[in-house]
Amino acid sequence: MNKQWFSKGLRDGIPIAAGYFAVSFALGIAARNAGLNAFQATLASLLCNASAGEFAGFTVIASNASYLTMAVITAITNARYLLMSAALSQKLPSDTKLGHRLLVGFWITDEIFGASATVPGKLNPFYNYGLAVCALSFWALGTCLGVVVGNILPANVVSALGVLLYGMFLAIIMPPARKDKVVRLLVAASMLLSFVCARAPWISNLSDGTRIIILTVLIAGAGAVLFPISDEEEKAQSEGVDISAADMKSALDAEVEKREENVDNAVAAGKEATK
Amino acid sequence: MHQKYVYIFIMFFVSFLIRVLPLTLIRKEIKNRTIRSFLYYVPYVTLAVMTFPAIMDATAKPMAGLASLVLGMIIAWFGGGLFPTAIACSVTVFVLEMML
Repeated sequence: MNKQWFSKGLRDGIPIAAGYFAVSFALGIAARNAGLNAFQATLASLLCNASAGEFAGFTVIASNASYLTMAVITAITNARYLLMSAALSQKLPSDTKLGHRLLVGFWITDEIFGASATVPGKLNPFYNYGLAVCALSFWALGTCLGVVVGNILPANVVSALGVLLYGMFLAIIMPPARKDKVVRLLVAASMLLSFVCARAPWISNLSDGTRIIILTVLIAGAGAVLFPISDEEEKAQSEGVDISAADMKSALDAEVEKREENVDNAVAAGKEATK
Repeated sequence: MHQKYVYIFIMFFVSFLIRVLPLTLIRKEIKNRTIRSFLYYVPYVTLAVMTFPAIMDATAKPMAGLASLVLGMIIAWFGGGLFPTAIACSVTVFVLEMML
């Protein structure tokens, strides 16, 4: 069961890895400009797993600012992971051991969170490990190559690779948006407000990380107050979410059937199996 | 002159703490319906906020990014799946940037 989730994670991690490779390549160039060598930049990527956070960090290094500045900037650019971590705490089975919690937390990225938080039913940590091992090795590799070979990819290839991640985001949010009109409304509001905030004077001075966390709290908060979900609804919705291609669906169904043994998931798994 | 490795350690330590604190401190299922709803909506809202307008800034030509957004939304709406949707967006940008 763990092994199956791990290999499913490896597979689902491929588009993430491709996108990461492109983004981290640019990150490596930024690291080189900040005076880091390939080893230091790769180490930072292996330890931090954050695009905006690392970009900001390399800027701090480049400007030789204080260690306190580094700590504050890292906290701000990564603050959204606090929310994602809280959401995943509800997604993992409550008896999950500390070691698994630390490792799942360590490897939270926007994309890994997006893929794992929308998995039907409870989350097996090994799914995260599969995603992380696949995607984050390319994150580190791209950073390293960015430092070593610099700006070797033509600009149009970088552009094309850069939107892979966004395509993946869309594949995660659109199917539930189609099924659930509240999610649809929130997604539309999110994009609209995000656009306004990114372009409006003054507000657009906020960093991307800050804008993301403020909008997430406001919009998801408004959604929670105006449209609270019932338990039945929540189960039905989380089962209805199909984040993967149709050909992976059968593997998932088989997986869910196995989980019927687990008393905690008996109800959710039962519904899934009757599909 | 500050030490590079100290910088990197601070980056690691702060981002690690932020990521693991809720996961390790919140052990039980949250019963509060509003908080549960909030956490349920978080991924969709965050991903939507991160996608637009960033997709237009990720490309050399913003219109190519916008076109790939629209196409990606349509494909994903009809259940395109993770990899096909991502590839379709990428190809759209590649082709449009050559034409525009």
